Amino acid sequence: MATVHLPSGLTRHTGGVDTIEVDAARIPDLFAALCDRFPLLAGQLNDMAVAIDGDIYADPGYQPLRADSEVHLVPRVAGG
Amino acid sequence: MTAPREFKYVGTRPIRHDGVDKVTGRASYGADVAWPGMLHGVVLRSPHAHARIVKIDTRAAEATPGVHAVITARDLPETSAKIAIGEAAVDLRDIADNVMARTKVLYHGHAVAAVAATTLDIARRAAEAIAVVYEVLEPVMSVDRAIAAGAPILHPAMKTTGTPAADAGGATNVASRLELKRGDVDAGFAAADLVVEREFRTPMVHQGYIEPHACIARCGEDGRAVVWCTTQGPFFVRDASAAIAGLDPAHLKVIPSEIGGGFGGKIVVYLEPLALALSRKAQRPVKMVMGRDEVFRATGPTSGSRVRVKLGARRDGTLVAASASLWYEAGAYAGSPAGAGAMCALAAYKIPNFFIEAHDVVVNKPKVAAYRAPGSPIAAFAVESVVDEIARELKIDPIELRLRNANAEGDRAPYGPKYGPIGLTQVLEAARNHPHWRAPLGANQGRGVAVGFWFNAGMNSSATVTLNGDGSAAVVTGNPDIGGTRAAQAIMVAEELGIPVERVRSNVGDTDGSGYTDVTGGSRVCYATGMAVIRAAEDAREQLKARAATIWNVSREAVEWHDGRAVPPEGTEKAKPMTVAELAAEMTHTGGPIVGRASLYAPMAGPAFGAHICDLEVDPETGRSQVVRYTVFQDVGRAVHPSYVEGQMQGGAAQGIGWALNEAYVYSADGVMENAGFLDYRMPVASDLPMIETVMVEVANPLHPYGVRGVGEVPIVPPLAAVANAMRDATGIRFTELPLSPPRVLEAIEAADAVAVQA
Amino acid sequence: MAKLHIETTINGEPAEFLCDPHETLLSALRTGLGLTGTKEGCATGDCGACSILLEGRLVPACLVLAAEAQGRAMTTIEGLSRGDTLHPLQQKFLEHAALQCGICTPGFIVAAKALLDAKPNPTEEEVRYGLAGNLCRCTGYDKIIRAVLDAASEMKGTTA
Repeated sequence: MATVHLPSGLTRHTGGVDTIEVDAARIPDLFAALCDRFPLLAGQLNDMAVAIDGDIYADPGYQPLRADSEVHLVPRVAGG
Repeated sequence: MTAPREFKYVGTRPIRHDGVDKVTGRASYGADVAWPGMLHGVVLRSPHAHARIVKIDTRAAEATPGVHAVITARDLPETSAKIAIGEAAVDLRDIADNVMARTKVLYHGHAVAAVAATTLDIARRAAEAIAVVYEVLEPVMSVDRAIAAGAPILHPAMKTTGTPAADAGGATNVASRLELKRGDVDAGFAAADLVVEREFRTPMVHQGYIEPHACIARCGEDGRAVVWCTTQGPFFVRDASAAIAGLDPAHLKVIPSEIGGGFGGKIVVYLEPLALALSRKAQRPVKMVMGRDEVFRATGPTSGSRVRVKLGARRDGTLVAASASLWYEAGAYAGSPAGAGAMCALAAYKIPNFFIEAHDVVVNKPKVAAYRAPGSPIAAFAVESVVDEIARELKIDPIELRLRNANAEGDRAPYGPKYGPIGLTQVLEAARNHPHWRAPLGANQGRGVAVGFWFNAGMNSSATVTLNGDGSAAVVTGNPDIGGTRAAQAIMVAEELGIPVERVRSNVGDTDGSGYTDVTGGSRVCYATGMAVIRAAEDAREQLKARAATIWNVSREAVEWHDGRAVPPEGTEKAKPMTVAELAAEMTHTGGPIVGRASLYAPMAGPAFGAHICDLEVDPETGRSQVVRYTVFQDVGRAVHPSYVEGQMQGGAAQGIGWALNEAYVYSADGVMENAGFLDYRMPVASDLPMIETVMVEVANPLHPYGVRGVGEVPIVPPLAAVANAMRDATGIRFTELPLSPPRVLEAIEAADAVAVQA
Repeated sequence: MAKLHIETTINGEPAEFLCDPHETLLSALRTGLGLTGTKEGCATGDCGACSILLEGRLVPACLVLAAEAQGRAMTTIEGLSRGDTLHPLQQKFLEHAALQCGICTPGFIVAAKALLDAKPNPTEEEVRYGLAGNLCRCTGYDKIIRAVLDAASEMKGTTA
């Protein structure tokens, strides 16, 4: 089960829940499961970057997840 | 990550291959090229900081002899496409409106029309003949004004996105608000033995690249177009310019020139869509070059800011709570790096309780663009100043205090995920152990230390490595070379193929000749594009092995590779090791040309820390300060070409020193920049600085084959606080507003002296 | 208004061009003569990117009228190397990695030549003040100063 951590900016859509266990093999499945459980998250996830086991993906695409992956949703930042 | 590797070329300092062209003046930058039949394009810019455009009458301009095209926003399609820029997707509508104002002008210098004519003089006179009727509005020139009740509103439809404040609602100039929190800040502060809270202000500053924006565009009768321009990202120029000018990107090729500095400021587009639209209308190539005042007024500087930081510590120096409120100027449209500032502010420290809010605020100043670790220097100035206060108050050595609280591998970054291997402790220890930290100080001198952090980007990169019949190689990527990356790429290919660095030609391709790549920026080229280059060289090497197998008539798997040679399996008849040159000579007979290629999407990995020690001498009679000694410590992962890594460390430090001591946009009450030139926008010159010593710490980035970490951005983060902390040490005064220019410092010194006299 | 016809000497060779009366020498070099090694950074004489030697004197070409070149001799960056031999300053800039983006480099090399012509044995401080009219935003000046000091000692050796 991947553990997903939501930033405080999204917890108002989940009734305050900020840590969620999700059974998903890839990011699209993870997002679908999150939006299933918390419909208010729909549309909020596309603007976020995703850290999978510490590595941040500005575009998480179809990245695979391990059985015990730790996932953080993180604001996107740009370099210069 | 494999076992430590012995490198032959990585870590050496060959002379860069493009160097001779640069020291002889032959290298072609954006404005150095002329195309046959070329016209000159000029932009008409708003004289008001905030106004509605009522009417634009271009007839007099169009009628001027020698004028071939005049455009306004009406010549550009309305667009609302979202497009990837750097790591974040932005609404192209704002960029398009910034490139040419449609209904409102939002800063002094905002483009409203453009003219192409046979000479620059004719174009300028014709532009002046364009009659624009404005309804002038009151400008908003600061965060304080922007959020005040009753302030003029720049964008009536703007709503605060993210986590709006509880009382948000109605018209606003706050484009977004971000929150980061952990634990219980109130309880944390309650348990602290010492709480320090300060408010800081920094001015808008510019990247200060010496080469102004410049481009030539040529649009043909069939709608196919070519653009030559100075840019950090030719693919972004292609996609954004096509969308803004209304062209099919499939029919647009962008050729990047040599680039005379960028630092993030040349990731966006300003002139290219206009040059394309003018060229399409005139059916002639159009060259556009910005003047220096245009660069200041109408390209993207970085945010001015107001930042309040509160830190709580126990008596032993352990940080227990932190809160921060960041307000960053976005300029005319949403998009300041306040969010990044919030994520970086506490990146160095293990703090169990914190609350950070970051606001993106629009004001009537140019739309900000990325500037080297965008958002992080401002946040570090505030946090590192307060950490310095705490160290002083608790009488703990400032480096020791930071070491006690330093994050390490496995600790949680403030934005959530755990850090992989990071070099913060190593960097701090290197600073503490360096003679600079113990060197005696002279009269009126003070010493300051500060740390800084940046994420370092990944993203899309492509590379090809082509072998020539003589065994030399050429590598092509799509990343303009700002700081010596071609040299580093040549080293990587040499290392992987086992051929001398001089036998590798390293090139920057155009958008047709190179696979897609994201911008040169975000400290990502040696890391992400470097990975693609290494993999492309490996691909070429595998093909060479396959050719050897063909020649020796053995299976490919049996062929080994050592020290630049394909090696046959033991006992193979009539087979001896073959060099790259020998194999390349046989390419035609063994299957045809060899082209190695790779393309990838890399995650942001390999965040990096730096620490700077600054010695400042302050003249109490004039308030003028001189940096007398400066040392930069940084975790660089692996220095591929150490000279150019040192160069990044020194250059970033110099920009940060300028930001701390002298640089600022100075505005009139009407919102007009009063110092839009290099005389009064005072950047450091050679006599302002000492030699800048660099100490590289190498904690390998596990994702990169050589351990490379991005190095370009981190060095601009610590200087603001390092200088301010040195100023505190020298004068006894804590300055919370930048720049620490002589008039400001002198006034504070005299005020402090007056107080001392009275006491 | 008719253009002026200017005859001048550039890098030891006769040259001629047409220019408007108000045109700068920088513009004439870059457009009329195709000598784009001299760069424009500010057009107000503050950045040094357009440094040339006019009658041996270091000037910003953006503050000289093109017409002032009439009958005079000037040296631009294109005149520093001899055949395929780089000037010691050029060579030292390469060896010391004293350039990153390279846009300021021609101006620095010309200004450094002027400095060393006048002061063949400068101290670090004299080099820093001598080059204070040239802006570099990439390097922090460290490697530039080292390159110039190294070139100075090499050039002293050969002319001694």
